[in-house]
Amino acid sequence: MNKKSHAKRYWQENIKYLFILLSIWFLVSFGAGILFKDFLDQFHLGGFKLGFWFAQQGSIYIFVILIFVYIRLMNHLDKKYGYDE
Amino acid sequence: MSVQVWTWILVGISFALYFGIAIWARASSTKDFYVAGGGVSPLANGMATAADWMSAASFISMAGIISFSGYDGSVYLMGWTGGYVLLALLLAPYLRKFGKFTVPDFIGDRYYSNSARTIAVICALIVSFTYVAGQMRGVGIVFSQFLQVEITNGVLIGMAVVLTFAFLGGMKGITYTQVAQYCVLIFAFMVPAIFISIQMTGNPLPQIGMGGRVEDGTFLLEKLDSLHTQLGFKEYTSGSKSTWDIFAITLALMAGTSGLPHVIVRFFTVPRVKDARKSAGYALLLIAILYTTAPAVAVFARTNLINTVNETAYSNIPDWFKNWENTGLISWTDKNNDGKIQYRNSEAVEGKPIFTEERGAAGNRLVRNATSSENELYVDRDIMVLANPEIARLPNWVIALVAAGGLAAALSTAAGLLLVISTSVSHDLIKKQLKPDISDKGELIAARISILVAVIVAGIFGIYPPGFVAAVVALAFGLAAASFFPAIVLGIFDKRMNKQGDITGMIAGMSLMLFYMIRFKTGLVGIMEPLPASEWWFGTSPEGFGVIAMLVNFVLAITISRLSPAPPEDVQEIVENIRIPNGAGKAQEH
Repeated sequence: MNKKSHAKRYWQENIKYLFILLSIWFLVSFGAGILFKDFLDQFHLGGFKLGFWFAQQGSIYIFVILIFVYIRLMNHLDKKYGYDE
Repeated sequence: MSVQVWTWILVGISFALYFGIAIWARASSTKDFYVAGGGVSPLANGMATAADWMSAASFISMAGIISFSGYDGSVYLMGWTGGYVLLALLLAPYLRKFGKFTVPDFIGDRYYSNSARTIAVICALIVSFTYVAGQMRGVGIVFSQFLQVEITNGVLIGMAVVLTFAFLGGMKGITYTQVAQYCVLIFAFMVPAIFISIQMTGNPLPQIGMGGRVEDGTFLLEKLDSLHTQLGFKEYTSGSKSTWDIFAITLALMAGTSGLPHVIVRFFTVPRVKDARKSAGYALLLIAILYTTAPAVAVFARTNLINTVNETAYSNIPDWFKNWENTGLISWTDKNNDGKIQYRNSEAVEGKPIFTEERGAAGNRLVRNATSSENELYVDRDIMVLANPEIARLPNWVIALVAAGGLAAALSTAAGLLLVISTSVSHDLIKKQLKPDISDKGELIAARISILVAVIVAGIFGIYPPGFVAAVVALAFGLAAASFFPAIVLGIFDKRMNKQGDITGMIAGMSLMLFYMIRFKTGLVGIMEPLPASEWWFGTSPEGFGVIAMLVNFVLAITISRLSPAPPEDVQEIVENIRIPNGAGKAQEH
C-alpha cells in the first residue's frame, strides 16, 4: 500500500507540472497569438507587431523551451521518487 | 554548370547515401523491423521524427500557403509545432513505458477489446493512406519540375526507392535514412533562406531578418502591408479568417499532430522513458528550425514577387517567370492590353489556368478560362519555395539543392507512413487477430508483403490522384484528432475509462468528422456537391471541425464509461504501471 501511495504522490506532482506547463502553452499560442492578437498588435517588437510575432515566431520558441523545462522537471522528479534509471 | 546538371549530381549523391544506409542497417528480427530494436539514441530519434514529420507539404507548400495567406497561415505554424508539446507531455513517455509496437496495440490492450483494436487499425489506415498519397504525388512533381521526367515516371522512381529501404531495413533502416534525410532537407531549406535574408535585410538570420528593415529604411513587414493595401489585398499581418476558425483549426492541427500514428510510433524506438521525453524535445527543436524560417521565407518571397512582377512589362520579365509559365504554374493574361503585368486581389482565372496551344502578342501562353477581373496574374502557391532561389538570383547549385531537399522531405515521410500501414496489417491485424500463432519469420514476411501492397496502392494514388486528395490530406489531422487523441489521453489519464466509453467515443468522433468532411469539403462524386461556407456549423471550417468531433468523442466516452462497469483490475494495473517511468525494459544492442 505504501508503494501505491508513493506512486500516487509522484503522479500528483506530475499532473501539477502538466497543468502549469500546458497553461503557458495555451497562453502563448491561443492567448497571445489568437485571442489577444489584435490588442497586442499595438505594441511592436522590432519590425514585428507583437501579436503577429507570437503567432508566427514567439509561440514556437516557447514551445521548444516548455518541452526542455518539462524534461528537467521530470528528471528531478524521477530522482526524488527513486524512479530514475 | 547548369541547374539541370547540378540537380542530377545532388539528387544522385543523396540517393546513394540513403541506399548505403539502408543496406548497412538491415533488419533481422521483427523488433528491428517494427521499432528499430528499441535502441535508437534520443538525438537520432529526434532527427528521424523531424524528417518523418516534415513532408513535401511542409517543405514545398507551407511557406507558399503562408505567403499567400499572411497571418491566417499561422494556424499551420502553431498547429504543427504546438502538437509536439501535447505529444511530449501527454503521450510519448507513457506510450514508451507501455512498450508495445503500435497505437492499435495500446488501444487494444488498454481497452481489453479486439473491437477497439480493429477500429484503431481502420482509423490508422484511413489517416495514413490519405496522407501518403499526397507524398507520392509530391515526389512525382519534384521529379517533373527539376529533372524533366514525366510525373508518372517520377512516381515510379519514388516507389522503387521507398520500397528498397523500407524492405531492407524496416524501422531500423528507415530511422537511419531519415536521419540523413533530415540533414539534407534542413540544409536545402536554410541555404536559400539565409541568402535571401542577407540580400533583402542584411541579416543572415531569416527569423530576425523578417522583422528587419529593407534598403529604404522601412520595416519589411510594414512595407509588405502597404504593398498589400495598395493592390487591394488584406494587410499581410491581419488575415481574413474569423478568430474562432483560427482557434479551431490550430487546436485541431495540434491534437491531430500528436495523434498521428506515424509520429507516435517513433517514440517506441528509444530505450527508456526519459529518452522518449528527450527525443520529443529534440524533434521539436529540429522542426522549429524550419518552422520559424518558413514564415520569413514567405515574407521575402511575397515581397520579391510583388516588386519584381507587378507593373513590369512582359518583355522585361526575368527568365524564371517564363520557365514556370511553361510548366503551367504561372499564367498571365493581358486584359487591358498594356503589355504589363497587373497583380491585384481577385481571381485571374477560374480555378487553375487551362492553356490553349497558342501564344499571345507578347509571347505569353494564352488561357481559356480568364475572368473579367483586373488581376492578370495566376501564381501557383508551390512556386514560392521552388522558384524562390531563382527569383532572388541565387547560384545554380542552390536552386538544385531545393530539388534534393524536396525529395528528401517527401521520401522520408512516405517511408514512415508505409511502415505504419504495413505494421497495422501484419502486426495488429494478422498477428493479433487472424493468425496469433504466426512465427516471427512469417510475420516479417507478412510485413514486407504489406509494404509492397501499400507502396503500389500509394503509387496508383500518386499517378492518378483523385481530385479530393489535396483536400483530404489537410483533414487527416481532423480525423486523428477526432479518433486517436482522446482514446490515448483518456487511456492514460482516466483510470476509470472502459471499453464501452472508448469504442462509442472513437466511432462517434470519426463518423462525425467524416460526415462533416464529405458534406462541406469533398462532396460525394455524382451524388452531392459540398455545401458552401455559409452553411458551416457555428462558422467552423472543415479543417477546424476536428475540434468539435474531438469534444464529442471526449464527452461521450466519459459519460458512457461512468454509466457502465469499471475496467477489470488487471487493466487498472496497466494504467498505474505506465504512469511510473522506470522498468520500461532495456533496449537491445545492434
